[in-house]
Amino acid sequence: MSEYLLEVKDLRTSFFTEAGEVKAVDGVSFTLKPGEVLGIVGESGSGKSVTAYSIMQILQYPGKVVGGEILLNGQNLLDLSEKEMRSIRGDKISLIFQDSMTSLNPVFTVGNQLVEAILLHTDRTREEAWAHAEKLLSLVGINEPNRRIKQYPFEFSGGMRQRAMIAMALACEPDILVADEPTTALDVTIQAQILDLIQDLQKKLGMAVIMITHDLGVIAQICDDIIVMYAGHVCERGTADDIFYNPRHAYTRGLLQSIPTEAKTGERLIPISGQPADLLHLPPGCPFAPRCTEAMQICLSERPEEVYLGGNHYASCWLNIRDELKALKSTKAEAKGQDQ
Amino acid sequence: MKEPMLQVEHLKKYFPVKTGFLKSKPLKAVDDVSFDIGEKETLGLVGESGCGKTTVGRTLLQLYPPTSGKVTFRGQDVNSKSIHQLRKEMQMVFQDPYASLNPRMTVADIIGEPLDVHHLYKSKADRQQKINHLMDLVGLSSDHATRYSHEFSGGQRQRIGIARALAVNPSFIVCDESVSALDVSIQAQILNMFKDLQNELNISYLFIAHDILVVTYMADRIAVMYLGKIIELADTREINRNPIHPYTQSLFSAIPIPDPETARKNKRIILQGDVPSPLNMPSGCSFRVRCPYASEQCAKEAPPFTDRGDGHYVACWNK
Repeated sequence: MSEYLLEVKDLRTSFFTEAGEVKAVDGVSFTLKPGEVLGIVGESGSGKSVTAYSIMQILQYPGKVVGGEILLNGQNLLDLSEKEMRSIRGDKISLIFQDSMTSLNPVFTVGNQLVEAILLHTDRTREEAWAHAEKLLSLVGINEPNRRIKQYPFEFSGGMRQRAMIAMALACEPDILVADEPTTALDVTIQAQILDLIQDLQKKLGMAVIMITHDLGVIAQICDDIIVMYAGHVCERGTADDIFYNPRHAYTRGLLQSIPTEAKTGERLIPISGQPADLLHLPPGCPFAPRCTEAMQICLSERPEEVYLGGNHYASCWLNIRDELKALKSTKAEAKGQDQ
Repeated sequence: MKEPMLQVEHLKKYFPVKTGFLKSKPLKAVDDVSFDIGEKETLGLVGESGCGKTTVGRTLLQLYPPTSGKVTFRGQDVNSKSIHQLRKEMQMVFQDPYASLNPRMTVADIIGEPLDVHHLYKSKADRQQKINHLMDLVGLSSDHATRYSHEFSGGQRQRIGIARALAVNPSFIVCDESVSALDVSIQAQILNMFKDLQNELNISYLFIAHDILVVTYMADRIAVMYLGKIIELADTREINRNPIHPYTQSLFSAIPIPDPETARKNKRIILQGDVPSPLNMPSGCSFRVRCPYASEQCAKEAPPFTDRGDGHYVACWNK
């Protein structure tokens, strides 16, 4: 048994559209330890949601996982049948969607939907399930759960619906909670409530969380480790401090420079030039190369390998490889000089 | 102090909402809002969804007729002017770059339409030249003038929308969530452009956004709205350092700062409960049901909006 709860190795997911194969996720690898909060950050089209959907295997046609391994406690989820997968979803891994209005069924009460999840994965009786559902609602901070449980999703506010979704995801105490932009549709004060709640529950229940978001602010608030994605590739991964204070990929640096902050008032922002990558026509080299100010010849023609930078820090950027070679050369030269 | 360019006094906008057969109730989307904007100034307007910030912007431009109140632009009552005159001076950039451009028009026609409406060219060649100049101004290649909007990415579409607003050479633009649909890397491009255009063309902005980091970066002063009212208005630096209203305090503390070090230290003030329905507003101060400092007086009477020194306005009884 490995120390990792979840191990994703070289995951590849493509969408086979009429215009051609769209490689939404192209060689993504990462690991997740029990109780860890991992953030996946990237802009639209970077493949962060598709990564989550691939893990859950809820990709919609024409999407398909075309390669790689997803190991949950050493077991490859890609080898499982749909029936076996169904017992994993909700029980071992749960997902919270961004849009709580469309992810809850409007014609059933919130309680009904909660109880359905509980009955499916545990041997509780119907009565016990209702009692448990009520407990879950109060756990996520919904007032008067005994009244709310009988209401329909439209009677809930946006923040409360998101809480109900979280309650549903927690129904069977999963090992991993995947949250796909859980606060993007919410206002900041409600967002703060929900982030607090997720953090709180994570500590209480000791589950691992994969937080998917485009908001570097949210990532900075709650994540231990971070993966930065661009055009289906992992640019860089490491601890929150690695990524924010020692970014080693040109895209990560660009992303951090383009966020407006109070400190930057009066200064010009440094945006990343150019337009987002077109997944149908990716360059053969580094996908970020066409927008990168530091791009070299090799960046345009060849894909950079992931380089280990110490600790838990990895980056796929030719600049690091170049620097490493330079350092290697200079030490060699030094050694030669000493020999003579 | 200089004469402000735009003055808004006691602006109100109520929408009738049906509550039953032949019965309706006013929804107070904007309830007695006053502020002013100087020449070449950016006023940021922040608040949560449903607080009425978009309605303020739209009512200013007479896209909605105001229920009551007065808007004065360069000494003239906006109401006394025709819409035609008004649009030459005040323009708007919308939130959704997908819905706000006509998919059946080419870029040249979209940008050229305001020129047509206001007869701003002498000849066809002049029109084309003006369109090219505008496209150049917002960083679009004029080779793309004959393309349709669906051929562009979100950031480029937003540039088209901005070029259209600039076509009439306005001195005031309402930017309603103009960058919220964009990715951060593209957002930074557009924010820089808004600032450059302001410096080049002396434009004033009302910059409406829910993203406080963006507004802090853009605005000279910031107004905070809650349920149809402005509850605090101050210099950007001042309001960030020294927020007075309990709502502003919690709003600003809730901003996720993209910096793990500050995030660890930062104490968020978490508000209880949700925003009340604007149809069913509490008496007195509308924030009192979520306010940790609420007292009896708050329930009786709405607090006045007073200057606490150096143009820092706050509406609160207890702070």
